[in-house]
Amino acid sequence: MIKHRLFWPTAALIVLLLGNFIAHPAFFSVELREGHLYGSLIDILRFGAPLIMVALGMTLVIATGGIDLSVGSVVAISGAIACLHLSGLENQDSLGGTAGAVGIALGLSIVLGACNGVLVSVLNIQPIIATLILMVAGRGLAQLITDGQIITVNSSPYQAIGGGFVLTLPVSILIAVAVFVLASLLVRKSALGMLLEAVGGNPEASRLAGVRSRRLIWLTYVVCGLCAGIAGLMISSNVSSADGNNAGLWIELDAILAVVIGGTALTGGRFSFAGTVIGALLIQTLSTTVYTLGIPPQTTLLFKAVVVMAVCLVQSPAFRRKLVRRRKPKPVTRARQDEKVEVSA
Amino acid sequence: MVLRMTGIRKRFPGVVALDDVDFRLLPGEVHALMGENGAGKSTLIKVLTGVYGVDAGEIELAGEPVSFTGPAAAQRAGVSTVYQEVNLCPNLSIAENILLGREPRRFGRIRWAPMRRRAEELLARLDLELDVSAPLSAQSIAVQQLVAIARALDVDARVLVLDEPTSSLDSHEVDRLLAVMRTLRDEGMAILFVTHFIDQVFAISDRMTVLRNGKLVGEYETAEITPVELVTRMIGKELATLDELEQVRPERTVREELLRAEEVGRAGGIEPFSLGIQRGEVVGLAGLLGSGRTELARLLFGADHADQGTIRVDDKPVSLRTPRAAIARGIAFCSENRKTEGLVEDLTVRENIALAVQASRGWTKPLSRKRQEEIAESSIKALDIRPANPEAKVGELSGGNQQKVLLARWLITEPRLLILDEPTRGIDIGAKTEIQKLVTRLAAEGMAVVFISAELEEVLRLSDRVLVLRDRQVVAQLDNDALTPEQIMATIADGGAE
Repeated sequence: MIKHRLFWPTAALIVLLLGNFIAHPAFFSVELREGHLYGSLIDILRFGAPLIMVALGMTLVIATGGIDLSVGSVVAISGAIACLHLSGLENQDSLGGTAGAVGIALGLSIVLGACNGVLVSVLNIQPIIATLILMVAGRGLAQLITDGQIITVNSSPYQAIGGGFVLTLPVSILIAVAVFVLASLLVRKSALGMLLEAVGGNPEASRLAGVRSRRLIWLTYVVCGLCAGIAGLMISSNVSSADGNNAGLWIELDAILAVVIGGTALTGGRFSFAGTVIGALLIQTLSTTVYTLGIPPQTTLLFKAVVVMAVCLVQSPAFRRKLVRRRKPKPVTRARQDEKVEVSA
Repeated sequence: MVLRMTGIRKRFPGVVALDDVDFRLLPGEVHALMGENGAGKSTLIKVLTGVYGVDAGEIELAGEPVSFTGPAAAQRAGVSTVYQEVNLCPNLSIAENILLGREPRRFGRIRWAPMRRRAEELLARLDLELDVSAPLSAQSIAVQQLVAIARALDVDARVLVLDEPTSSLDSHEVDRLLAVMRTLRDEGMAILFVTHFIDQVFAISDRMTVLRNGKLVGEYETAEITPVELVTRMIGKELATLDELEQVRPERTVREELLRAEEVGRAGGIEPFSLGIQRGEVVGLAGLLGSGRTELARLLFGADHADQGTIRVDDKPVSLRTPRAAIARGIAFCSENRKTEGLVEDLTVRENIALAVQASRGWTKPLSRKRQEEIAESSIKALDIRPANPEAKVGELSGGNQQKVLLARWLITEPRLLILDEPTRGIDIGAKTEIQKLVTRLAAEGMAVVFISAELEEVLRLSDRVLVLRDRQVVAQLDNDALTPEQIMATIADGGAE
């Protein structure tokens, strides 16, 4: 069981939750108030939903061996354009108007993702550079849309996306679950998952096997843009406003971290949506833990860093082997054999 | 004698790369180090230049025993190396590349004028006049190679090691390089030259040392050995290892042409060639490593695209710009590099087998899990892949079984032309025989096969026709009625000049 790739992240998540429980026995309590579920666990899921969205998209991109740094900016743009559209409406509560705002925001996110995809798959620009462009420019674009201000809206249907409840559960959780299920079905019921893993695992072998890797890689950036767009709507709707400056700031790093903690290698190949969700929840739980444990705000980032480092170390086979070896010292010559030796003519 | 290596032994986990090898180098000579791939040439050079330590043996430089701790130490002692892939910085200027790390300085500041002058002097020794402040990347590969040599000369080299310097040069550029080598030799430099090109060896070298399977075969004066003798010594006589495969190639009466290539070629890859392949025919490609066998196969598969010539399939012109286009026309290609170009090691046997079929269906039309399992199970059974577990990771299989997985991937696409590049290299005798039998059976069923192998016996046993390649050129097309390895070797050696 220790070999299962979800073992370590899951274990870390459970340890963290238990730690919270010990420090604060009410941590696991979930209560029904006015037909809505409340509690720390629900909060973790609810505030973690945008990160889960972004990280799911990021998983696909990373599976192909790429990376998308622009998701934070797409989050900001998506929220900004939706709020801009809504604020111009006479009746902000109209369902059609809200649907229009959501449609425009998601459409734009898809277009932005498609641009990233073209830069990477058609023009062969390194993913980190290609998406860095939109990361920087997109933040500016979001500020242009909001005119440097915070646009506030007053639309109850829009507010429901990030802040509403359906069947006692927050809507954002339901959206995240729905996207997770849909995405999982998409990659595992079609051949997308296998072909992506082949492209990420060995691009040249895949090309020689006839895989249309360009098209696939492009598609992952489109999906990643769409996911970031949904996350942007969740974030802006939760506060009924759009902040081009701060919405989704640094979320790309948390998302990459979630993917890595979830066991998908940055070099591409095998990926796991379930692992990514666990990784995202772990990161969100950390943020919550900081509040429940009453850790002083100036040390929160340090605390987060230490926990993340511990999780990554414990996942690293090399590190685990070293730990074991320290307990059972072996002859020094062993170390040399681990070196990669090339034998050629 | 400037360099003497005695009793060199070098072992890697599972392989003895060098076994009791002696080597000596005289000043003012060009000495060729010859051998097939895996013979130990590169290892010997890396031992000499301090990249690897030795397990046993001694190295003497100018009579002094030495033991280099690394390439930098070797260079300080006067052993300079120019590697096959140019190890320079394309973004820096020529002068900077030549004198990198040894720039003339004053108070820590680089003195550019003396630096440029020095670079120009060194290039002049190579009969080269260049703008040394221009970036290196603007130069051709040949000039970059010469710049690398100029860099090696700056360090007062007594021994110059050239590892496959000509492999990416055209014939004109090769002549220029050989001229430079002659000049340096006449100045008293000892040059160790590694190449796969036999005519270059006979054009330039004074003596040669032949290695085979990590062992020393012998040291020869170039004037006293013929190309045929050299090739025989490189390949060795250990050919008759498996003869259980009967030479029964069914006589085919109806000859229907599947593919025809007319003057197809690619600059830097292979000279234009013409070739027709019939259904049910096995065409063997023979030639030394680096002779263009793989390059030819890659053009037929669209892995590289030809820059001239036309290919017709079923008598219709086709454009094979991508492997996908070739696959759609029923062409399959098993690369010789299983790990880098063949398998996705992280995926399972089942997924690797299904990959090509799935790729041509596109991602929206998945093979059901059940269908994948059926395909994998039947392939495992048909080819006796072990372990017989479709969910095993391919990276954990042995070489022979990996090869079978790769074969299975292409067989289930039901190709009409199967190109096998070194399908039996590095696999055990049992698997080898099975693959050979499979080829015979597939051809009997009407599949056309292009079979590439360094083992001449194997090529002859399977092929109806043999194309002989040398120096990136098809030098002969021979019908295989009782051809012998010696005849092929002779053709390789004399370039098919009849």
